[in-house]
Amino acid sequence: MLELKDVAVARSERVLFDGLSLTLAAGDLATVVGPNGAGKTSLLRVVAGLSRAHAGRLHWRGRAIDEGDPVYGRERLYLGHQPGLKSDLSVSENLRFLLQLQGAGFDQGTVAACLAPLGLAGAEHRPVRALSAGQRRRVALARMRLSGCLLWLLDEPFTNLDVDGQALVAGWLDEHLAAGGMAMVASHAPLGTRHPGRRLQVELGA
Amino acid sequence: MSGAWTAAGALARRDLRAALRRWGELALPLCFFVIVLTLFPLGLAPERDTLAAIGPGVLWVAALLASLLALETLFRGDMDDGSMEQLVLSPQPLALLALVKALIHWLLSGLPLVLLTPLVAQAFYLPTDALWVLALALLLATPTLSLIGAVAAALTASLRRGAGVLGILVLPLAVPLLVFGARATDLAIQGQSAAGPLYLLAALLALAITLAPLAIAAALRISVD
Repeated sequence: MLELKDVAVARSERVLFDGLSLTLAAGDLATVVGPNGAGKTSLLRVVAGLSRAHAGRLHWRGRAIDEGDPVYGRERLYLGHQPGLKSDLSVSENLRFLLQLQGAGFDQGTVAACLAPLGLAGAEHRPVRALSAGQRRRVALARMRLSGCLLWLLDEPFTNLDVDGQALVAGWLDEHLAAGGMAMVASHAPLGTRHPGRRLQVELGA
Repeated sequence: MSGAWTAAGALARRDLRAALRRWGELALPLCFFVIVLTLFPLGLAPERDTLAAIGPGVLWVAALLASLLALETLFRGDMDDGSMEQLVLSPQPLALLALVKALIHWLLSGLPLVLLTPLVAQAFYLPTDALWVLALALLLATPTLSLIGAVAAALTASLRRGAGVLGILVLPLAVPLLVFGARATDLAIQGQSAAGPLYLLAALLALAITLAPLAIAAALRISVD
Protein backbone atom coordinates (compact mmCIF):
# COMPACT_ATOMS: atom_id res chain seq x y z
CA MET A 1 0.00 0.00 0.00
CA LEU A 2 2.90 2.32 0.76
CA GLU A 3 5.37 2.34 -2.08
CA LEU A 4 8.71 4.11 -2.32
CA LYS A 5 10.37 4.09 -5.74
CA ASP A 6 14.01 5.10 -6.12
CA VAL A 7 13.74 7.64 -3.34
CA ALA A 8 16.70 9.89 -2.64
CA VAL A 9 16.82 12.02 0.49
CA ALA A 10 18.93 15.15 0.85
CA ARG A 11 19.56 17.40 3.79
CA SER A 12 20.96 20.90 3.17
CA GLU A 13 21.88 20.06 -0.45
CA ARG A 14 23.80 16.92 0.62
CA VAL A 15 22.35 13.64 -0.64
CA LEU A 16 22.17 11.23 2.30
CA PHE A 17 21.14 8.19 0.27
CA ASP A 18 19.44 7.40 -3.02
CA GLY A 19 17.75 4.58 -4.89
CA LEU A 20 15.65 3.40 -1.95
CA SER A 21 12.69 1.29 -3.05
CA LEU A 22 10.32 -0.31 -0.62
CA THR A 23 6.79 -1.66 -0.51
CA LEU A 24 4.78 -1.97 2.69
CA ALA A 25 1.57 -4.00 2.67
CA ALA A 26 -0.89 -4.84 5.45
CA GLY A 27 0.89 -6.35 8.46
CA ASP A 28 4.37 -5.31 7.31
CA LEU A 29 6.90 -3.73 9.62
CA ALA A 30 9.91 -1.84 8.28
CA THR A 31 12.68 -0.98 10.70
CA VAL A 32 15.08 1.74 9.69
CA VAL A 33 18.57 1.28 11.11
CA GLY A 34 21.87 3.04 10.60
CA PRO A 35 24.43 5.14 12.45
CA ASN A 36 23.75 8.72 13.56
CA GLY A 37 23.51 11.05 10.58
CA ALA A 38 22.66 8.26 8.14
CA GLY A 39 19.28 9.87 7.42
CA LYS A 40 16.78 7.82 9.46
CA THR A 41 14.86 10.88 10.67
CA SER A 42 15.11 12.53 7.25
CA LEU A 43 13.68 9.41 5.61
CA LEU A 44 10.75 9.27 8.04
CA ARG A 45 10.08 12.99 7.55
CA VAL A 46 10.01 12.50 3.78
CA VAL A 47 7.65 9.53 4.06
CA ALA A 48 5.46 11.49 6.49
CA GLY A 49 5.26 14.39 4.04
CA LEU A 50 7.10 17.00 6.12
CA SER A 51 9.99 17.23 3.65
CA ARG A 52 10.17 16.59 -0.05
CA ALA A 53 12.15 13.69 -1.48
CA HIS A 54 15.22 14.81 -3.42
CA ALA A 55 14.25 12.32 -6.13
CA GLY A 56 11.91 9.38 -6.57
CA ARG A 57 8.22 8.82 -5.98
CA LEU A 58 5.99 7.93 -3.05
CA HIS A 59 2.63 6.25 -3.48
CA TRP A 60 -0.16 5.48 -1.04
CA ARG A 61 -2.96 3.13 -2.12
CA GLY A 62 -1.52 3.24 -5.63
CA ARG A 63 -1.72 7.04 -5.95
CA ALA A 64 1.05 9.59 -5.71
CA ILE A 65 1.00 11.42 -2.38
CA ASP A 66 0.24 15.12 -2.86
CA GLU A 67 1.20 17.92 -0.53
CA GLY A 68 -1.50 18.04 2.18
CA ASP A 69 -3.14 14.86 0.81
CA PRO A 70 -6.35 14.41 2.88
CA VAL A 71 -6.55 10.60 2.46
CA TYR A 72 -2.92 10.05 3.41
CA GLY A 73 -3.24 12.67 6.15
CA ARG A 74 -6.10 10.73 7.72
CA GLU A 75 -4.41 7.32 7.53
CA ARG A 76 -0.80 8.11 8.37
CA LEU A 77 0.47 8.92 11.82
CA TYR A 78 3.86 10.48 12.43
CA LEU A 79 5.51 10.56 15.82
CA GLY A 80 8.75 12.50 15.78
CA HIS A 81 11.24 13.65 18.39
CA GLN A 82 8.79 16.21 19.77
CA PRO A 83 5.56 14.80 21.16
CA GLY A 84 3.52 17.83 19.93
CA LEU A 85 1.81 18.48 23.27
CA LYS A 86 0.92 21.90 24.72
CA SER A 87 2.36 22.14 28.21
CA ASP A 88 -0.38 24.49 29.48
CA LEU A 89 -3.17 22.10 28.55
CA SER A 90 -4.18 18.90 30.31
CA VAL A 91 -3.50 15.42 28.98
CA SER A 92 -7.10 14.96 27.93
CA GLU A 93 -7.32 18.41 26.26
CA ASN A 94 -4.17 17.63 24.29
CA LEU A 95 -5.42 14.22 23.19
CA ARG A 96 -8.81 15.61 22.22
CA PHE A 97 -7.21 18.26 20.05
CA LEU A 98 -4.73 15.94 18.33
CA LEU A 99 -7.40 13.32 17.62
CA GLN A 100 -9.89 15.86 16.26
CA LEU A 101 -7.15 17.41 14.16
CA GLN A 102 -6.53 14.05 12.56
CA GLY A 103 -10.26 13.56 12.01
CA ALA A 104 -10.53 10.77 14.58
CA GLY A 105 -13.18 10.60 17.27
CA PHE A 106 -12.59 11.42 20.92
CA ASP A 107 -14.24 9.30 23.57
CA GLN A 108 -13.52 9.89 27.25
CA GLY A 109 -13.92 6.21 28.17
CA THR A 110 -11.61 4.92 25.42
CA VAL A 111 -8.99 7.49 26.33
CA ALA A 112 -9.09 6.52 30.01
CA ALA A 113 -8.81 2.84 29.07
CA CYS A 114 -5.78 3.62 26.92
CA LEU A 115 -4.05 5.74 29.57
CA ALA A 116 -4.48 3.19 32.38
CA PRO A 117 -1.88 0.64 31.22
CA LEU A 118 0.51 3.57 30.59
CA GLY A 119 0.45 4.35 34.29
CA LEU A 120 -1.42 7.59 33.58
CA ALA A 121 -4.77 6.58 35.07
CA GLY A 122 -6.31 9.60 36.74
CA ALA A 123 -3.79 11.94 35.09
CA GLU A 124 -6.25 13.06 32.39
CA HIS A 125 -6.73 16.47 33.94
CA ARG A 126 -3.14 17.14 34.93
CA PRO A 127 -1.37 19.75 32.84
CA VAL A 128 1.31 18.29 30.57
CA ARG A 129 3.92 20.59 32.14
CA ALA A 130 3.60 18.52 35.34
CA LEU A 131 4.58 15.32 33.51
CA SER A 132 8.07 13.90 33.08
CA ALA A 133 9.62 13.45 29.62
CA GLY A 134 8.81 9.75 29.73
CA GLN A 135 5.20 10.42 30.68
CA ARG A 136 4.85 12.91 27.82
CA ARG A 137 6.16 10.28 25.45
CA ARG A 138 3.51 7.94 26.85
CA VAL A 139 0.76 10.48 26.13
CA ALA A 140 2.03 10.79 22.54
CA LEU A 141 1.97 7.01 22.24
CA ALA A 142 -1.60 6.92 23.58
CA ARG A 143 -2.53 9.27 20.78
CA MET A 144 -0.82 6.94 18.29
CA ARG A 145 -2.94 4.04 19.49
CA LEU A 146 -6.20 6.02 19.57
CA SER A 147 -5.74 7.62 16.16
CA GLY A 148 -6.98 4.60 14.22
CA CYS A 149 -4.32 5.30 11.57
CA LEU A 150 -3.24 2.52 9.23
CA LEU A 151 0.39 3.53 8.83
CA TRP A 152 2.51 4.40 11.84
CA LEU A 153 5.74 6.30 11.24
CA LEU A 154 7.71 6.29 14.46
CA ASP A 155 11.01 8.02 15.01
CA GLU A 156 12.78 6.54 18.05
CA PRO A 157 9.51 5.67 19.85
CA PHE A 158 11.41 4.29 22.86
CA THR A 159 13.14 7.57 23.75
CA ASN A 160 12.65 8.34 27.48
CA LEU A 161 10.60 5.16 27.99
CA ASP A 162 11.38 2.67 30.75
CA VAL A 163 11.50 -1.12 30.17
CA ASP A 164 7.81 -1.60 30.93
CA GLY A 165 6.85 1.19 28.57
CA GLN A 166 8.96 -0.30 25.79
CA ALA A 167 7.33 -3.71 26.24
CA LEU A 168 3.89 -2.11 26.17
CA VAL A 169 4.64 -0.25 22.94
CA ALA A 170 6.05 -3.43 21.36
CA GLY A 171 2.77 -5.14 22.29
CA TRP A 172 0.76 -2.34 20.68
CA LEU A 173 2.86 -2.62 17.52
CA ASP A 174 2.13 -6.37 17.41
CA GLU A 175 -1.61 -5.70 17.79
CA HIS A 176 -1.49 -3.01 15.12
CA LEU A 177 0.32 -5.28 12.63
CA ALA A 178 -1.94 -8.25 13.41
CA ALA A 179 -4.95 -6.03 12.64
CA GLY A 180 -3.54 -5.30 9.18
CA GLY A 181 -1.70 -2.09 10.04
CA MET A 182 1.72 -1.06 8.80
CA ALA A 183 4.60 0.57 10.55
CA MET A 184 7.93 2.10 9.73
CA VAL A 185 10.11 2.54 12.78
CA ALA A 186 13.53 4.11 13.22
CA SER A 187 15.12 2.79 16.38
CA HIS A 188 18.52 2.03 17.81
CA ALA A 189 17.10 -0.47 20.27
CA PRO A 190 15.61 -3.79 19.11
CA LEU A 191 11.83 -3.38 18.94
CA GLY A 192 10.97 -6.66 20.66
CA THR A 193 7.89 -7.26 18.52
CA ARG A 194 6.64 -10.84 18.12
CA HIS A 195 4.16 -10.55 15.27
CA PRO A 196 5.12 -13.10 12.57
CA GLY A 197 4.37 -10.74 9.62
CA ARG A 198 6.90 -9.61 7.02
CA ARG A 199 9.86 -7.69 8.41
CA LEU A 200 11.89 -5.36 6.29
CA GLN A 201 15.11 -3.78 7.32
CA VAL A 202 16.19 -0.52 5.75
CA GLU A 203 19.90 -0.12 6.35
CA LEU A 204 21.16 3.37 5.77
CA GLY A 205 24.73 4.56 5.62
CA ALA A 206 26.06 1.03 5.14
CA MET B 1 -15.69 18.88 5.02
CA SER B 2 -17.25 18.58 8.51
CA GLY B 3 -13.95 17.16 9.75
CA ALA B 4 -12.24 20.39 8.73
CA TRP B 5 -14.67 22.49 10.77
CA THR B 6 -14.33 20.19 13.78
CA ALA B 7 -10.57 20.52 13.53
CA ALA B 8 -10.78 24.30 13.08
CA GLY B 9 -13.01 24.57 16.15
CA ALA B 10 -10.68 22.32 18.14
CA LEU B 11 -7.68 24.47 17.15
CA ALA B 12 -9.51 27.67 18.12
CA ARG B 13 -10.41 26.21 21.53
CA ARG B 14 -6.88 24.94 22.11
CA ASP B 15 -5.25 28.27 21.23
CA LEU B 16 -7.71 30.26 23.35
CA ARG B 17 -7.27 27.97 26.35
CA ALA B 18 -3.49 27.90 26.12
CA ALA B 19 -3.32 31.70 25.76
CA LEU B 20 -5.71 32.43 28.62
CA ARG B 21 -3.65 30.21 30.91
CA ARG B 22 -0.73 32.51 30.17
CA TRP B 23 -2.64 35.76 30.39
CA GLY B 24 0.47 37.65 31.51
CA GLU B 25 1.90 37.29 28.01
CA LEU B 26 -1.28 38.77 26.57
CA ALA B 27 -1.02 41.86 28.77
CA LEU B 28 2.56 42.55 27.67
CA PRO B 29 1.85 44.25 24.29
CA LEU B 30 -0.98 46.26 25.86
CA CYS B 31 1.29 47.57 28.62
CA PHE B 32 3.89 48.43 25.97
CA PHE B 33 1.21 50.32 24.00
CA VAL B 34 0.11 52.39 26.99
CA ILE B 35 3.69 53.13 28.10
CA VAL B 36 4.79 54.29 24.64
CA LEU B 37 1.79 56.59 24.47
CA THR B 38 2.47 58.13 27.86
CA LEU B 39 6.08 58.81 26.86
CA PHE B 40 5.06 61.32 24.19
CA PRO B 41 3.30 63.85 26.44
CA LEU B 42 6.25 63.50 28.83
CA GLY B 43 8.94 63.87 26.18
CA LEU B 44 7.26 66.69 24.26
CA ALA B 45 5.64 69.74 25.74
CA PRO B 46 2.31 68.60 27.20
CA GLU B 47 0.42 71.35 25.40
CA ARG B 48 -3.00 70.75 24.03
CA ASP B 49 -2.24 71.90 20.45
CA THR B 50 0.98 69.89 20.09
CA LEU B 51 -0.59 66.70 21.43
CA ALA B 52 -3.76 67.03 19.37
CA ALA B 53 -1.63 67.52 16.24
CA ILE B 54 0.61 64.49 16.71
CA GLY B 55 -2.04 62.32 18.45
CA PRO B 56 -3.44 60.32 15.49
CA GLY B 57 0.00 59.51 14.06
CA VAL B 58 1.46 58.54 17.43
CA LEU B 59 -1.52 56.32 18.26
CA TRP B 60 -1.21 54.45 14.98
CA VAL B 61 2.55 53.96 15.21
CA ALA B 62 2.25 52.72 18.80
CA ALA B 63 -0.54 50.32 17.81
CA LEU B 64 1.61 48.93 14.97
CA LEU B 65 4.61 48.40 17.23
CA ALA B 66 2.52 46.82 19.98
CA SER B 67 0.97 44.29 17.61
CA LEU B 68 4.44 43.52 16.26
CA LEU B 69 5.46 42.58 19.79
CA ALA B 70 2.63 40.06 20.02
CA LEU B 71 3.41 38.50 16.63
CA GLU B 72 6.67 36.89 17.63
CA THR B 73 4.89 34.31 19.79
CA LEU B 74 2.28 33.41 17.15
CA PHE B 75 3.96 30.26 15.82
CA ARG B 76 6.95 30.01 18.16
CA GLY B 77 5.24 27.76 20.73
CA ASP B 78 3.91 25.39 18.08
CA MET B 79 7.33 25.15 16.44
CA ASP B 80 9.08 24.41 19.74
CA ASP B 81 6.78 21.68 21.02
CA GLY B 82 6.27 19.91 17.70
CA SER B 83 2.58 20.68 17.29
CA MET B 84 3.37 22.59 14.09
CA GLU B 85 4.46 19.30 12.50
CA GLN B 86 1.11 17.80 13.46
CA LEU B 87 -0.80 20.80 12.03
CA VAL B 88 1.08 20.53 8.73
CA LEU B 89 0.51 16.75 8.59
CA SER B 90 -3.19 16.86 9.42
CA PRO B 91 -5.67 15.95 6.68
CA GLN B 92 -7.36 19.36 7.08
CA PRO B 93 -6.62 22.28 4.72
CA LEU B 94 -3.62 24.04 6.25
CA ALA B 95 -4.84 27.44 4.99
CA LEU B 96 -7.99 27.07 7.11
CA LEU B 97 -5.95 26.19 10.21
CA ALA B 98 -3.64 29.14 9.49
CA LEU B 99 -6.64 31.49 9.23
CA VAL B 100 -7.97 30.21 12.56
CA LYS B 101 -4.60 30.79 14.23
CA ALA B 102 -4.33 34.33 12.83
CA LEU B 103 -7.89 35.24 13.86
CA ILE B 104 -7.48 33.88 17.40
CA HIS B 105 -4.26 35.87 17.58
CA TRP B 106 -6.17 38.99 16.57
CA LEU B 107 -8.91 38.27 19.10
CA LEU B 108 -6.33 38.10 21.89
CA SER B 109 -3.96 40.89 20.87
CA GLY B 110 -5.66 43.14 18.28
CA LEU B 111 -9.14 43.43 19.79
CA PRO B 112 -7.95 44.44 23.30
CA LEU B 113 -5.86 47.13 21.61
CA VAL B 114 -8.94 48.44 19.79
CA LEU B 115 -10.90 48.50 23.04
CA LEU B 116 -8.12 50.23 24.91
CA THR B 117 -7.47 52.96 22.33
CA PRO B 118 -10.49 55.23 23.02
CA LEU B 119 -9.31 55.41 26.63
CA VAL B 120 -5.67 56.28 25.97
CA ALA B 121 -6.68 58.63 23.14
CA GLN B 122 -8.04 60.95 25.82
CA ALA B 123 -4.45 61.81 26.68
CA PHE B 124 -4.12 63.37 23.20
CA TYR B 125 -7.28 65.51 23.41
CA LEU B 126 -9.04 63.68 20.59
CA PRO B 127 -12.64 64.90 20.08
CA THR B 128 -15.33 62.34 20.99
CA ASP B 129 -16.60 62.03 17.40
CA ALA B 130 -13.12 61.18 16.19
CA LEU B 131 -12.80 58.44 18.81
CA TRP B 132 -15.45 56.36 17.06
CA VAL B 133 -13.74 56.71 13.73
CA LEU B 134 -10.39 55.86 15.31
CA ALA B 135 -11.85 52.73 16.94
CA LEU B 136 -13.55 51.67 13.70
CA ALA B 137 -10.37 52.23 11.68
CA LEU B 138 -8.37 50.17 14.18
CA LEU B 139 -11.06 47.47 14.12
CA LEU B 140 -10.53 47.20 10.34
CA ALA B 141 -6.76 47.56 10.36
CA THR B 142 -5.69 45.28 13.21
CA PRO B 143 -7.03 42.01 11.69
CA THR B 144 -5.23 42.88 8.44
CA LEU B 145 -2.10 43.47 10.44
CA SER B 146 -2.49 40.12 12.21
CA LEU B 147 -2.85 38.36 8.85
CA ILE B 148 0.11 40.13 7.20
CA GLY B 149 2.12 39.60 10.35
CA ALA B 150 1.24 35.91 10.41
CA VAL B 151 2.76 35.48 6.93
CA ALA B 152 6.01 37.02 8.15
CA ALA B 153 5.87 35.09 11.44
CA ALA B 154 5.41 31.85 9.49
CA LEU B 155 8.41 32.65 7.28
CA THR B 156 10.64 33.44 10.26
CA ALA B 157 9.27 30.68 12.52
CA SER B 158 12.29 28.43 12.03
CA LEU B 159 14.82 31.20 12.70
CA ARG B 160 16.24 31.25 16.19
CA ARG B 161 16.23 35.03 16.44
CA GLY B 162 13.41 35.96 14.13
CA ALA B 163 12.07 38.97 16.01
CA GLY B 164 14.27 41.57 14.28
CA VAL B 165 13.63 40.14 10.83
CA LEU B 166 9.92 40.09 11.62
CA GLY B 167 9.87 43.86 12.17
CA ILE B 168 11.74 44.51 8.95
CA LEU B 169 9.32 42.29 7.02
CA VAL B 170 6.06 43.50 8.54
CA LEU B 171 6.45 47.25 9.04
CA PRO B 172 6.90 48.19 5.35
CA LEU B 173 3.82 46.12 4.49
CA ALA B 174 1.88 47.90 7.23
CA VAL B 175 2.48 51.35 5.66
CA PRO B 176 -0.87 51.44 3.79
CA LEU B 177 -2.67 50.68 7.07
CA LEU B 178 -0.82 53.50 8.79
CA VAL B 179 -1.51 55.96 5.95
CA PHE B 180 -5.23 55.22 5.65
CA GLY B 181 -5.75 54.80 9.37
CA ALA B 182 -4.09 58.06 10.37
CA ARG B 183 -5.84 59.82 7.46
CA ALA B 184 -9.26 58.60 8.60
CA THR B 185 -8.56 59.81 12.12
CA ASP B 186 -7.34 63.20 10.84
CA LEU B 187 -10.42 63.70 8.69
CA ALA B 188 -12.68 62.88 11.64
CA ILE B 189 -10.85 65.38 13.84
CA GLN B 190 -11.42 68.06 11.20
CA GLY B 191 -15.09 67.14 11.20
CA GLN B 192 -15.09 65.71 7.67
CA SER B 193 -16.30 62.35 6.39
CA ALA B 194 -13.74 59.59 6.88
CA ALA B 195 -15.61 57.13 4.68
CA GLY B 196 -12.93 57.01 1.93
CA PRO B 197 -9.98 55.74 3.97
CA LEU B 198 -12.30 53.46 5.98
CA TYR B 199 -13.50 51.77 2.78
CA LEU B 200 -9.90 51.30 1.72
CA LEU B 201 -9.05 49.73 5.07
CA ALA B 202 -12.03 47.39 4.65
CA ALA B 203 -10.85 46.47 1.15
CA LEU B 204 -7.37 45.68 2.47
CA LEU B 205 -8.92 43.45 5.13
CA ALA B 206 -10.97 41.56 2.52
CA LEU B 207 -7.83 41.09 0.44
CA ALA B 208 -5.80 39.88 3.42
CA ILE B 209 -8.47 37.39 4.56
CA THR B 210 -8.59 35.84 1.09
CA LEU B 211 -4.89 35.69 0.27
CA ALA B 212 -2.94 35.62 3.53
CA PRO B 213 -4.07 32.14 4.69
CA LEU B 214 -2.64 30.59 1.51
CA ALA B 215 0.65 32.42 1.98
CA ILE B 216 0.81 31.48 5.69
CA ALA B 217 0.20 27.81 4.83
CA ALA B 218 2.94 27.81 2.19
CA ALA B 219 5.36 29.55 4.54
CA LEU B 220 4.63 27.09 7.36
CA ARG B 221 5.37 24.14 5.07
CA ILE B 222 8.75 25.70 4.29
CA SER B 223 9.44 26.39 7.96
CA VAL B 224 8.83 22.84 9.20
CA ASP B 225 10.94 21.32 6.41
